[in-house]
Amino acid sequence: MNRIQNCFSRTRAAGRPAFVAYLTMGFPSLAASEKAADTLLSSGADILELGVPFSDPVADGAVIRAAAYAALAQGVKLADVLALAARLRAKHPDAPLVVFSYYNVLYAHGLERFADEAAAAGVDAVLVVDLPLEERDELLAVLRPRGLTFVPLVAPTTSVERAAASAKGLEDSFLYVITVKGTTGARAELPPELKDRLATLRAAVDVPIAAGFGVSTREQAAMIGEVADGFVVGSALVKALEKDGTLHAEDLRYY
Amino acid sequence: MKKGHYGPYGGQYIAETLMTPLRELEAAYEEAKADPAFQAEFREILRDYVGRESPLTFARRLTERLGGARIVLKREDLNHTGAHKVNNTIGQALLARRMGKKRLIAETGAGMHGVATATVAALFGMPCEVYMGATDVARQAPNVARMKMLGATVHPIEEGGATLKDAMNEAIRDWIANCDDTFYVIGTVAGPHPYPAMVRDFQSVIGTEARRQMLEKFGKLPDQAIACVGGGSNAIGLFAGFLDDPGVRLVGVEAGGKGIATGEHAASICGGRPGVLHGSKTYLLQTDDGQILDTYSVSAGLDYPGVGPEHAYLADTGRAEYVPVDDAEAVAAFDALCRYEGIIPALESSHAVAEAIKRAPHLPGDAILLVNLSGRGDKDMDNVLAWKAANPPVPAL
Ligand SMILES: Cc1ncc(COP(=O)(O)O)c(C=O)c1O
Repeated sequence: MNRIQNCFSRTRAAGRPAFVAYLTMGFPSLAASEKAADTLLSSGADILELGVPFSDPVADGAVIRAAAYAALAQGVKLADVLALAARLRAKHPDAPLVVFSYYNVLYAHGLERFADEAAAAGVDAVLVVDLPLEERDELLAVLRPRGLTFVPLVAPTTSVERAAASAKGLEDSFLYVITVKGTTGARAELPPELKDRLATLRAAVDVPIAAGFGVSTREQAAMIGEVADGFVVGSALVKALEKDGTLHAEDLRYY
Repeated sequence: MKKGHYGPYGGQYIAETLMTPLRELEAAYEEAKADPAFQAEFREILRDYVGRESPLTFARRLTERLGGARIVLKREDLNHTGAHKVNNTIGQALLARRMGKKRLIAETGAGMHGVATATVAALFGMPCEVYMGATDVARQAPNVARMKMLGATVHPIEEGGATLKDAMNEAIRDWIANCDDTFYVIGTVAGPHPYPAMVRDFQSVIGTEARRQMLEKFGKLPDQAIACVGGGSNAIGLFAGFLDDPGVRLVGVEAGGKGIATGEHAASICGGRPGVLHGSKTYLLQTDDGQILDTYSVSAGLDYPGVGPEHAYLADTGRAEYVPVDDAEAVAAFDALCRYEGIIPALESSHAVAEAIKRAPHLPGDAILLVNLSGRGDKDMDNVLAWKAANPPVPAL
């Protein structure tokens, strides 16, 4: 069992959903990201997604975009994110670490080189926003031999058959279910059909499912937790860092 | 070749939310393509509304002045709305209507595609929203006014370099959020499959007509077919007519801006390397770290860091060659076409004219350079005047 599988069996045993936290690395600074990540992993988050800043974040809402541009303005690179992952790995030996990126950044780095460095840093999985089922083999071919897995995305427009196909072969990972048609960012209301949708998906696939995009309150997390294995909080955490670059106790209470 | 791919290029590198809409689009397009009624309606609108076919004009005085190959212009500038863009927007609007979509969105750089989309939206009675970089809104003001006049809403985008790439990012975000009822009318042969193939098909009327017209008028095919390349739709439209004629050299002209060496240009093939943006794997202008660069060109329509994936493939295989033309050369060609032929070309198209001006004197008098005059230059008056005020005078031909 890898760290992701161990993590979900722990949270299932504890009768609660896994708290998956996303942070844009380098916002407001690399040091602040490292501290926030450490805080999250020490105080309740189960899985960390390390967002790699990209110049053209087409899938992101205003908060994460602004964070990415701020990180890029400081010159944050993929190598910095991987170095940060290695330091977190040393402190948190069991926490699943997921590199969350747009494809071009990985592609420009060199896919093999990226996979080597990610594996060496102790990364567990890679999530690529713009790499659907049809295109992912090129990346999987370098991740798999190095013991890394891949997190597939499922959208509200994705059929159950397609979701199952996306999860296939990635039983050591989890399925990231996008809750809304739209970009990342906090939503006051999640779609009313979300609960049924999550229940259907969970029954259709053999991997844990975590739902994200728009999740910003404890109530939303709890609702998702009733029918999914995990929830993802991203923009709300990034937004919290806008204030003073630090996560406070009230920013962390999701279950 | 894998479907939707051109050698290693193309594909569907896009958010999962759009994959099912893309499947639906692909299926609807395949069906429409094979439907004679769809094709007949498309051709009828091109004839009765756009005014096709567009003529070939022999640029007699320019040719005489240069003393070499004959320069022949394919007059896409004479289309309704003033550019080749409308060929594609009519095709896509017909498809949108067929698919029951209620709303059109588009990105635009020079504003010609935005105007062409606003035009078909009015023609088909659909609401239309156009995303345009704030830099372009400022430098292509006449087209912003035209879009608004036609009933479209124009959203200025302030992010990044505030040009075409940034407009396209925002259009994709709109599409992700509204894919149920919205049709995204992409203005060039970029984007995820099936857009590069579909837009090429709609624009191939340029090359198909031009090939026939060449044989009718000149009794031979051109020696070279030359077109400017932003995303590459007017170029691929022209090339489509001659891809199977190995004797016809295909020349794509990229925006050299202030010169490739300065880094301030938009020549993705001449100055970039393969990567992934806006749904396709293709040549991109990017940093070593894979961050997309802000581009620069005097011409808003060429100011884009990528290029259609089929062009990337044609460049690698050598079937087409790609060269840069810088701002000063394009402005000089703009002047030349005004003064020698009484035609005010778009700054985009002026890049292709400039390449023909460079080549003609070195070729024999029986050679023909066919240049795609992709659009007219009314939109560029202020731009050219401002450029001239800020730069050393360009030598008059
Ligand atoms: C007149 C004209 N020509 C060319 C272009 C460049 O686009 P493409 O390379 O897709 O033909 C534009 C784009 O705005 C244009 O307006």
